[in-house]
Amino acid sequence: MSDVVILRGSQTAAPSQAKVNRALTGSWVSGSAIGMVLYLLFLMLPIYWLINMSLKTNTEISTTMTLWPQEITFEHYAKIFTDPSWYGGYINSLTYVAINTVLSITLALPAAYAFSRYRFVGDKHLFFWLLSNRMAPAAVFALPFFNLYSAIGLFDTPWAVALAHCLFNVPLAVWILEGFMSGVPREIDETAAIDGYSFPRFFVKIFMPLIASGVGVAAFFCFMFSWVELLLARTLTSVNAKPIAATMTRTVSAAGMDWGLLAAAGVLTIVPGALVIWFVRNYIAKGFALGRV
Amino acid sequence: MTLVLDNVSKKVGAETWISDVSLSLERGSLNVLLGPTLAGKTSLMRLMAGLDAPSSGRVIVDGKDVTGWPVQRRSVAMVYQQFINYPSLSVYENIASPLRVAKLAASEIEMRVREAARLLQLEPYLDRKPLNLSGGQQQRTAIARALVKRADLVLLDEPLANLDYKLREELREELPRVFAASGGIFVYATTEPTEALLLGGNTATLSQGCLTQFGPTPRVYRQPHDLVTAQVFSDPPLNVLAARKSGETVSLSTGGEAPAGGAFAMVPDGEYRVGFRAHHLGLEADGSDILAISGIVSVSEITGSETYLHVDSAERRFVALVPGVKRLEPGASVTLYLDARDVFLFDQNGRLVAADFAEAA
Repeated sequence: MSDVVILRGSQTAAPSQAKVNRALTGSWVSGSAIGMVLYLLFLMLPIYWLINMSLKTNTEISTTMTLWPQEITFEHYAKIFTDPSWYGGYINSLTYVAINTVLSITLALPAAYAFSRYRFVGDKHLFFWLLSNRMAPAAVFALPFFNLYSAIGLFDTPWAVALAHCLFNVPLAVWILEGFMSGVPREIDETAAIDGYSFPRFFVKIFMPLIASGVGVAAFFCFMFSWVELLLARTLTSVNAKPIAATMTRTVSAAGMDWGLLAAAGVLTIVPGALVIWFVRNYIAKGFALGRV
Repeated sequence: MTLVLDNVSKKVGAETWISDVSLSLERGSLNVLLGPTLAGKTSLMRLMAGLDAPSSGRVIVDGKDVTGWPVQRRSVAMVYQQFINYPSLSVYENIASPLRVAKLAASEIEMRVREAARLLQLEPYLDRKPLNLSGGQQQRTAIARALVKRADLVLLDEPLANLDYKLREELREELPRVFAASGGIFVYATTEPTEALLLGGNTATLSQGCLTQFGPTPRVYRQPHDLVTAQVFSDPPLNVLAARKSGETVSLSTGGEAPAGGAFAMVPDGEYRVGFRAHHLGLEADGSDILAISGIVSVSEITGSETYLHVDSAERRFVALVPGVKRLEPGASVTLYLDARDVFLFDQNGRLVAADFAEAA
């Protein structure tokens, strides 16, 4: 009986307590809410304006200033999806980004495992040197890559860009994966060996599930770098493998700038990145700390 | 199966982790590796398992030299102090994993896993992931995985150190029984002398990478070959003082003289180191060959029915375990009494020279 009494008591007490809390913190809550709304507004405005533009006609864009499209048009999107020179740009970009991501992760996995599990001469220096690769601007490498790939016939292929981006992405993936791998106790490797697992089988069946989020984060960073990188991608391609970013810079015609088309292409360029972020959103902070959170 | 370590050493860089250990373990035996932290227990186990290769020496299994064989080729199971399981697999799959690798028939796997789960009381948790279990259950999972394999060599590296008291008591009792049926060699590493005594079997005492003594546990406890072994195998720590025997009298480094009785009667004149365990020190002088040590109480710990007295005398710390609750304030003067029949006498090199084995323990 006494339990019931206490329960009732707490039920009646709870709402009044909540009221008091709200009264105490009410002004503060609405203040922070306003701040947050302003912040988001500020943050989202350029993106909104991009979407806004992509749905307007060129006449509306260049003659009036409207907060939303007076008449919505999908002609820009339709053009991108029907004109091979436009959607081909997306296909080219996605091709080399995919090749690069797969290559980078495949190469980085064994390297990261070695850095995480073994001690060898110069391992720490080598590890740091890897990351220092990222300190060089891409422009430094544009010329040698251009010359080399022209000589061996890789120029203007997705492989040219994918391989060039590996220079930046493999070190980053090694760093991220090493952090995640070092979070897995070495004893798990040994227990698997004692249980009789061969190394490849252990790596795929036991180890990979444990660092799956790390692989996801590393892949995300490779994807993002390769997707937004313009200089190398532009230098190492001309026609057949032209990336979307390069296509977008060539919309000037005799009739002037095709603003709406450009905006629509911009919106479509954001989409893949947003999709990938959605999948790794829970691990991204750990990724920024190179797996060391 | 017999496992023989033949003059095995392990050096890492300039440090020697295992120094010239020779050891022979028999089929179906229970062996305790006893030593303080960093004594080399884990290193020695890793050499036995084949996780590490010795720098020199050989590891021989059933007369066959297996030094340098990969661990996958050996029949070994190991349980770590940390709870090591495969987090991505269910408890059932964790236990079944060595059998799956060995490609046993599904029915056989099912039977062995169920049996191990029943023995270790894991049946209700087979579908869960290890990280959703309590520490004790996680360690039971690891033990079950070691059990189903029916390995010839089962290595348990302080398996109970991270468990709470109650579980530790329970599992310590169950473990030897559970593994006895497998007929393999059972090796159990611990830092606690009490645990070694409770487990029984054989004990190998380790200190700084050296094997100091190996034999049946009670014998190693009662008849240590040297000072180091006695120190490793004493909890609370062994009390040590220096003494000089000349003729019929013994003079102690803590001051005072006594008639040379007990163990002192068996040795010629000279300098000795005297070792004795805490429970042989008392507050009352009863008996014939009594040595007295006077000092200052530093700490007195009351455990309920017994009192640990930490007494400083002549720059040395002595620990006495006396029955009953003794309320002695720090700083109080106290005289402790010791029967000369209860001591081990070591020479200056630490070798045992005399002890009244009927009494000393």
